[in-house]
Order: sequence, then structure tokens, then C-alpha cells
Amino acid sequence: MPRTGVFICHCGSNIAGTVDIDKTVEASRNFPGVVHADEYRYLCSEMGQDIITKAIKENDLDRVVVGTCSPRMHENTFRKAAAEAGLNPYLLEVANIREHCSWVHKDMEEATPKAIALLRAAAAKAALNEALEAPRLDVEKRALVIGGGIAGIQAALDIAEAGYVVDIVEKDPSIGGRMAQLEKTFPTLDCSACILTPKMVEAAQHPNINLLTYSEVDEVKGFVGQFDVKIKQKARYVDPVKCTGCGICWEKCPSKASSEFEMGLAKRKSIYVPFAQAVPMVPVIDRDSCLYFRKGRCQICEQECPPQAIDYEQQDEIIERRYGAIVVATGFDQLDPTIYGEYGYGQHPDILTGLEFERIFNASGPTGGKVVKLSDGKPPKKVVFIQCIGSRDKARGMNYCSKICCMYTAKQAILLKEKVPDAKSYVFYIDVRTGGKGYEEFQRRAAEEYDVAYMRGQVGKIFPEDDHLVVRGIDSLTNRNIEIKADMVVLAAATVARADAPEVGRLVGINSDSYHFFNEAHPKLKPVETHTAGIFIAGACQAPKDIPETVSQASAAAVKAIGLLSKEKLQGEACTAEVIQSECSGCLNCEAICPYTAITPVEIEERYKDGVLKRTVAEVNPALCQGCGSCAVTCRSGSINLKGFSNDQIMAEVDAICLQR
Amino acid sequence: MRYRYFPGCTLKGQAKSMEDTTLAAAKAMGIELEELSEWQCCGAVYPLYEDELISLLSPVRTLAAAEGEPLVSLCAACHHVLKRAQELMQRNEDARKKVTDHLEVEYAGEGRVLHFLEVLRDDLGFDKLKEMVKKPLEGKKVAAYYGCLLLRPSKVMQFDDPENPTIMEDMIKALGAEVVKSPYRTECCGAYLSVTEEGVAADTVERILDSARRAGAEILVTACPLCRYNLENCADNEGKTPIKVYYFSEILAEAMGLPSESAEDQGTKEEVPQG
Repeated sequence: MPRTGVFICHCGSNIAGTVDIDKTVEASRNFPGVVHADEYRYLCSEMGQDIITKAIKENDLDRVVVGTCSPRMHENTFRKAAAEAGLNPYLLEVANIREHCSWVHKDMEEATPKAIALLRAAAAKAALNEALEAPRLDVEKRALVIGGGIAGIQAALDIAEAGYVVDIVEKDPSIGGRMAQLEKTFPTLDCSACILTPKMVEAAQHPNINLLTYSEVDEVKGFVGQFDVKIKQKARYVDPVKCTGCGICWEKCPSKASSEFEMGLAKRKSIYVPFAQAVPMVPVIDRDSCLYFRKGRCQICEQECPPQAIDYEQQDEIIERRYGAIVVATGFDQLDPTIYGEYGYGQHPDILTGLEFERIFNASGPTGGKVVKLSDGKPPKKVVFIQCIGSRDKARGMNYCSKICCMYTAKQAILLKEKVPDAKSYVFYIDVRTGGKGYEEFQRRAAEEYDVAYMRGQVGKIFPEDDHLVVRGIDSLTNRNIEIKADMVVLAAATVARADAPEVGRLVGINSDSYHFFNEAHPKLKPVETHTAGIFIAGACQAPKDIPETVSQASAAAVKAIGLLSKEKLQGEACTAEVIQSECSGCLNCEAICPYTAITPVEIEERYKDGVLKRTVAEVNPALCQGCGSCAVTCRSGSINLKGFSNDQIMAEVDAICLQR
Repeated sequence: MRYRYFPGCTLKGQAKSMEDTTLAAAKAMGIELEELSEWQCCGAVYPLYEDELISLLSPVRTLAAAEGEPLVSLCAACHHVLKRAQELMQRNEDARKKVTDHLEVEYAGEGRVLHFLEVLRDDLGFDKLKEMVKKPLEGKKVAAYYGCLLLRPSKVMQFDDPENPTIMEDMIKALGAEVVKSPYRTECCGAYLSVTEEGVAADTVERILDSARRAGAEILVTACPLCRYNLENCADNEGKTPIKVYYFSEILAEAMGLPSESAEDQGTKEEVPQG
């Protein structure tokens, strides 16, 4: 028979207001195995914890039941108090008589018996609790950052500064990401490249940072502290050691392709660096357009390269490394507005997306920084900006607000006025949303000082007529149809998850929302953690966000990674699943359902009659198991037990509730 | 290719030319259109309220009469009502039960409901149509006018991209004419406002015609009798370049070398009749 102590918390009036504490304590004394029962006003306070510790010692208790708030709040507090008295912390059981009882009832007559039933169940379960040990796991002191945009760069810099080695894996030939494509940044209008490139250079030069550009993560295995990752370094066909970045190859290269960096508004060569400040300044050859790779002739780059860095024989390489922590910072895409036929995007060169217009402003962009129409090279005098293209649109787009568009539209309207002083901007909006430090003031400046006409309403049709674009819309405040003969239209297309986000999520083992943005572990209290221990997220791969928010989140993710890497050993999960292999039929339904790939088939040998029988059964890797219990309920023969929540324990709880009624 | 055919009232009167030319062209192309026996009204206007089931009795009876075989119509309004009634029968079990119980028919939303243009595009194919053309409409500048009924609501009609449809242009191209695209080809013609608010209809029609003129169109084709009526009767075309309005089937018949009003008008430059 166990020697169980029951401790009941008033939680001020949170519990005591609806649960009769005295009656509950009295009832607890009669539960099987209970040798001590007590109550206290705030059990989580130091005094309260002392009461538990002392009572364990004085009464020689070997099981403890606390009737308090949810175990999510204070289970750890009470486990520590039990451990203080020399008891294995897993011998303590929490009965949630606040969230599950006092908060949902008004009537003390109803709540008191329910609290007693919950405590009786907890005591019955506690009697079957076993001492558990959390495994101690090694930590590889190296971090992986996936994505080399501003989020990835910031996270890597912070981790590197704390003294740990970081690898940045970037799929493009250069780090820099979306921020490198931007002209100026709101609300201060500082030049995006001027604040980004120093960080890019710092990352490249940092002794603790390795850049793996033009590379992709191929496989992630293992678990927190010990992720085994395969990284595919795509062939550049240029030897980065020999290359000096002189630029002769791309000057001489005779073939061209559409520039990804310029959003397809300009051409780049087949051997290229994406932009002038690229880091590393080592070009890549794009096989799809290169004459040599397509037709087997040309080789001009090879002939012209002074240090002879061109190597057509280069192959993709697989790098295998172990990491303690991973930060996913894979960024965002812009929605392709061609799904909105009425806006005519893609049918006229002067109908642009916000990101494309950014490139028009940029000195190294397709127009050399001259704000002109792509159709005829003349400066636009009337520009219509349309917000929420694909955002806040249940019918055809995304339900969410893309968050950055109101601000960048105001920014672009201001920049336009500065570059083309006689230009007039019109903004169609649903709501102007400018929460943020200095944001509202910025947008008001656009409206009040830069002559930007804000019109609440939507556009129904855009079509070319003569040398302009007719924009037909409605002003929903005056209820009037509006027709503007515009020179240029800028569509604030929704911020969407990267096209390959579902694949990346699957590869890394983190889940996403219905829009394929990666999910944080808790929307408020665990904003950079994921449900997979050791994997953190930062930037717009989690949700649309602007640069300041991205950078904050990146630093937060870095701190979490640093915290992890700084540990000598990690404490694993004690409540893991365990297969009773003698009963397991080897159907492996559990393997299919396990979200943490913790279950693998294993062959065992059993004595059978005179010989030995080999058969396949399931095995749980306790280091990977997070104790979710999915396998235990899936198992048809009931041969999986979740430690701390075994089938016997759960049945004991049910019996304790049902049999006494 | 064999289809059940639902004409609808207008095709036996005001829009007789659409039926005549379609049937003639279909015959020449080997498309058999078998008119439903004892057909009645299509329902005319699809009800605004989903529980206004009385308006669905007529179209559902028609749908059931097709006995699961592909059902073709020509009038944009008829096709619209039939297609939407079918979709409701597929989607709303309650409505389906009430209507079919009342009609004492078995119908669960089965069978293809097609506009004749869809037959040309999806079953015959415009490439095939091009081969069958006897007198290509070379040199004619033809713009399509879609109106609303064939295109919207797009999820139900499944006819074409509601903002950038191409089906009629593709047909025009197959017939050998020069396609002219006008931005107002999917705008409202004014519908029944031509009866109650003539000014409104006049404005919309004028805009449609002006925009077609600017784009260089000489001929406008439509599949909707009401659109054609408005386009021909609501606008003041005084002093403007004339634009002829035809049913799509008329230029189809013309290109097949069959008699049609558009063929008769060839070479003439008459003013659009005033209404």
C-alpha cells in the first residue's frame, strides 16, 4: 500500500470560492492509501511548497497528490518540491480542480463532489505511478540556420557572437533574401542595402559562421541536440577558392535569362551573381540557359577567367553534419496576382506588384533607378496603388492581412513623389492598418504632405486604353464609381508562404497552418519555438511580418538556440512510450502515426518450439519520443504503454471516478 | 455527337435566327441536336433566394427530361438557369427532395448541361471547327461580347475565366476572322433596366459599343438575346461608326457557307437600327 499525501490549494478564492476545501480535505483522508491530507491558501508559494516538502519527510510519504490548477501551470513547481524531499518527481500527481472544476462551476454543491472525484482519481493513479528518469542527452555545439535572408543572417550572427559555430544554408547564390531586393525601408526611409549589406559582410567574415550558399537541406534526422542533416551543395561550376569575383565572366557571357532577383523585369547572364553586393561574390552558372550546357559550345567564361576558376565538371555535393539546434528562416513569396483576371496583371508592362515596383526604384534595378514606365520609358504621372490583392479575401485569396502592404504602399507613394515631383498617387484600400512605432505618423505624412489620395474601396477592372491604363473602382465612402486614367498600377500582392514551404516543413519535421506558414509552439508564450524540440522559426516563414519584427524574432530564436547549445546535457522527456515487444504484432500502425519519427521496426528473435523465430516489432527511440501518446491509442493489441500514463493508470482513474459514484 | 436540345421561348420568336443558324451549322458539322419533346419555360430568372423552390420546378423538370444525357441550350439565360438549378440539385439535398417529390421525377443532378459554345470547344474542338470552315471570315474585325449570364457565378457556371474569357474569341479565330478584344466585353448590358431605367441601360450599352469601336471592331457577337436587344436598341449611335451585332451562331453559319443574316449583310454599312 502506498503512503499518499493529498494537498489542496485554495488558489485564493479561485478554487475555495466554489469548492468546499474542508469537506474535500476530509474526503481525501478516506481515499485508499492516503495517510495525510492538508490544505493551503497558495500552494505554489514558497510556504506552500515547504508544507509539501516537510509533510513528505515527516509522514514518510511515497506518493503525492496536489489538488491545484492545471499541470501546465505548476506541475514542475510541485515536482521540484517533491524532489527536494527526496521523492522521485514523477511520483507526484496533479488533480486539476481549478480549470476543470472551480472555474467552470458556480455552485459549490456541484463543484465540491467533482473536486473530490478528481482527487480520488488522481490518488488512484498516483498509487500506480513509477519512478521515472528523464534521459540525459548530448548536445552538438553547432547550429544550422536554414535561409540566408535578414532573419537567418541576424539569427546566425547572434548565435555566432555567443561563441557557437553556425552554418547558414541558402538556396540562392547569395545571402540577402527579400530585404536585398528592397529600395528603402519604412518608416525611416533608410536604404535597405545600406543597412543590410554590412550584416551580410559581417556574416561572411565571422569566424564562427559558414556560408553554404546555393545549397539546400536534403534530409534532417535525429533529435534535439543531435540533428543529423544532409545538405546538398549545388554545383556552381565555379571554384570558389580560385574565383576573385572580378566579373569578367558575366561581362563576356553571351547568353541571357530572366533575372530572379529583378522579379523577371530584367535579364541576367547565364553565369551570374544575383546582384552587385552579392555575398559571396562568386558567380554560378545556370545550366538551363548556358550555351555550353545546352549545346556543348561557347566556353567563353572558361577562356576569359583570369584565375581559371570555371569548372564545368563540378558536381552537386552532399555535406553531412550534426547540429544541436536548427533555426528555420525561409522567408516568403509574393502572391501571383494573375488569378485576379480583372487586374490584368501580366498583360501590360505597367501593371506591377509591390516587389516589382521596389526594383523600379532601385539604382541597380531594371531602369537604373529611374522611375519610369516599362512600356515607354516615360515617368509615370498618375499611379494607382491597390491594397489587399489576395489578402483579406476569403473567396479567392488568403483570409489573413499581409500586414506590410499598407506601410510599403505609403512608402512607395512617398518615394514616387520624391523622384517624380509632379506625380499623383491614388491608393485604394479596405482599411489602412499601420500599427507600429512611427508607422501611423508615416502613413499620415504620405496622405497629408505627399498628396497621396487614399480612397476606401476596391477596383473592379483595369484595362489599357490608348497610352494609359483605365482603372475602374468604387469609393465606398462616397458610394461613387471612380475611373482613373493611370500611367501605372501597383498591386500590393499578398505575402504568402514559400512555394516549397510544405516540403521544407516535412523535411525538417515542423508543422504549418493551412496557409503553409510554419506554426509556433504557442502563439503568445512560445513564438519562436516549434512543436519539435530544438527547431526554432524566425521571420516571414511563420507569418507575414516586417523587418523590425523579423529581426526581433530572429534574435529571439537565436537566444533559444544559444540556451540549448549552452547546456552540457539535455534532459529528455521521461514520459515516453514503450513497446511491450512480446505482445507487439509488428503491424507498425504506430510507426505511421508517430509525428516525431520515434518509432522504427526492429527484428527480434524469440524462442519458438525448438527453434528461434525472427519477427519484426516496433521500437521507440526514447530520445525522439515526445510522449504525445498517439501510438498508445493506435496500438490494436494495447501493447504500447506511455510511461506515466499507462493503460493501467488511466483505467485506475476511470474506476476511481465511476465505481464510487 | 448527339445531344438533347432545349430551345427556350426566345429562340422560337425574337431570337429565331440564333436557333436557325445553330441547327443548320450543327447539322453541317455532324452534331445532332434532338429537341426535347413538350419542353416548357426554362425558369427565366434564377431565384435570388435558395428556398424559393417554386421557380426551380420548371428547370428541374427540363433537366430530368434529358434523362441523364447531355443537354444543350443556346440562350445564355436558359443555360444559366439550367446550370444553376442543376448545381443546387447536386448540392442541396433538402431542396432536391422537395422539388423532385413535388414533380414526381427522379433527378439527382446528373447529366452534362452545356452551352452550344462548350460543345464546340470541349467536344468538337476549335481546331476541328477550323478545318470545317468553308468560307473563312477573312478581314472581318469581330469582337465578342459575353455579358454576365454565361460567366457568373463562375464557380457554378464553370464556363470560362469570368474576367478573361476566351471561348468566343477562340471561336472567332477558328472562323478565320480577326479577333478584336474590348475591355467591356464582360460588363453588364443593362439587362432589364432597358425597360425600367432606360438611361442606365443607355449608358452601359454606349460604353460597351464605344469601347468596341475604339478597339476597332466592326461586328459584335453575343449568345444572349437580351444583350443583343439592348446593344441594338438602347444606344444613341448618331454619327458614330456603325457596329453590327449578331449571334455567335450567325457568323458560325456564315463561315460554314450557310445562309445567315450576317452573310446577307456582307459588305453593307448600315446604321445600327434605332430602338
